[in-house]
Amino acid sequence: MEFREGIPGPAAIGRPVPGSPEPAAGRRGGQPGLGHHAAFAALGETSFANYVAATQPHLLPGRMFDAPRGPEGRPMTPEALGVPHGTTIVALQFAEGVVIAGDRRATAGNVIAQRDIEKIFITDSHSAVGIAGSAGIAIEMIRLYSVELEHYEKIEGVAMSLDGKANRLAGMIRGNLGAALQGFVVVPLFAGFDTEEPDPAKAGRIVTYDPTGGRYDEWLGYHAVGSGSVFAKSSMKKLHRTSADLQTTLRNALEALYDAADDDTATGGPDLVRKIYPVVVSITGAEGAVRRSEEEVAGIVDRIVADRAENPGG
Amino acid sequence: MTMPFYSSVDQLLRDRSELARKGISRGRSVVVMTFSGGVLFVAENHSTALNKVSEIYDRIGFAAVGRYNEFEGLRTAGIRLADSRGFSYDRRDVTSRWLANTYAQFIGAAFVEQQKPYEAEICLAEVGETSDGDQLYRITYDGSITDEPQYVVMGGTTEPISAKLKDVFDGGHDLGEALATALEGLQVPGSGPGNGTEARVLGEKALEVAVLDRSRPGRAFRRITGPVLRNLLPAANRGESADEPNVRGGDEAPAAGGALPENGTMGGTGKPPSLN
Repeated sequence: MEFREGIPGPAAIGRPVPGSPEPAAGRRGGQPGLGHHAAFAALGETSFANYVAATQPHLLPGRMFDAPRGPEGRPMTPEALGVPHGTTIVALQFAEGVVIAGDRRATAGNVIAQRDIEKIFITDSHSAVGIAGSAGIAIEMIRLYSVELEHYEKIEGVAMSLDGKANRLAGMIRGNLGAALQGFVVVPLFAGFDTEEPDPAKAGRIVTYDPTGGRYDEWLGYHAVGSGSVFAKSSMKKLHRTSADLQTTLRNALEALYDAADDDTATGGPDLVRKIYPVVVSITGAEGAVRRSEEEVAGIVDRIVADRAENPGG
Repeated sequence: MTMPFYSSVDQLLRDRSELARKGISRGRSVVVMTFSGGVLFVAENHSTALNKVSEIYDRIGFAAVGRYNEFEGLRTAGIRLADSRGFSYDRRDVTSRWLANTYAQFIGAAFVEQQKPYEAEICLAEVGETSDGDQLYRITYDGSITDEPQYVVMGGTTEPISAKLKDVFDGGHDLGEALATALEGLQVPGSGPGNGTEARVLGEKALEVAVLDRSRPGRAFRRITGPVLRNLLPAANRGESADEPNVRGGDEAPAAGGALPENGTMGGTGKPPSLN
């Protein structure tokens, strides 16, 4: 090292000069001040979320979460804050893959916070996530999650395995536990297509979570989360078979959402006046994750509504 | 107390340049060029697993030559930086100009601070909405950054390739024509690692090809492999590659290979650089 120390000037860059005050953010430590050094130093790290946690922890959803306090010093509840909540998400496995769908309503207490919120997100070419719970944190979490999947794919050159994707999402929900304990719960529903599974009838997968990050694989072919999930699940139990084709499955998904909206005030039914229909995503081996077009969804919804006009119970 | 011996800054930097340039020039070449549908990357690469070309972000691609472990570190850092910026700002705020500048800062600092400079040269390419918006940046081992309007040639013996491309390049080419043009350059006599005077034929297995496709929404980067690549290649390139002379390419050269004796002469200044 003697050789290096013979060089004046530029060699001192990045080293604290003896006697001078330490810069607030030393660049060797990979601190935010000169953040790009951390990017070059993180050898072998393939997780974007871990990288963000190490370099910019303030960007993580739910991290260092301290709920605002009311006048008496107690933490305020999401209801008191008027935080919007997402409601019903359904996922159905079928012969060629999996379908995931969600209504468009967000509520804050007994008020409709938004009529056309989107709660289903395509997270990469073969997966999608629906969110129920505290909308703000959930949307931020899914944004991070999508980057996480893309980041891994770009660094490794191959997509993450389906179980890897399901576990990464579990980790993020666990990271939100502090906020969940204060009422800001996020409960996603994961749907994916396992491209390594040779049998397409088994390749569609549904994974559910609890607020502590517990991961549960659903092998019975359908699941729902959110306030209307009880009604949606009953509907799917009667209607859905995993041997169904895509068109039948799309209809079953929309029927289940209709039933949820029928009995749960927080779930929005199809808004025929404003032309707001549920978001439906199909994930198959042939097409990957595709959002079904509005015309297609509107067509199915119109038929369901016409049928219900004759027989309200479906 | 030991006294550090004196070496002029000028001498030091010259030695490092020499080392980096030699290391890079032992490698096989990469051509990055614009064409009507976006940006084309063509690398001569006999490895199927270790890539020289990569996706960075929606509209940004990366190509590198030199030592694999070094440019792989640069590549992953670029992906981290781009994803961080896109996550904390917006996807549209990730630009190749910003990233190229960050690379230049980092590589430039390493060149003056570190014992050994990067033996790597990289090209960042961004595809625009129209061909006027396409951008190519070349960043060399010392942090120099240049903005090239049409094409970038990096790696081994680049002069004959650049000279050839100067004659045959046309930004209005379609993908097939652009690929043929790039191959004309890469196969020009004297461009191979052995500096042979024969024109070579690079087959599918010796090539790594990718595009930034202007027409694709979102992530524009796409690798071209297998049957798709075979059908795009000129007829002469669809068979096996011609035999390579038995020389060590840059990818297999030892670290700081530029400091090793070559043809009986010492690298650089005639005395071995001190790497204590």
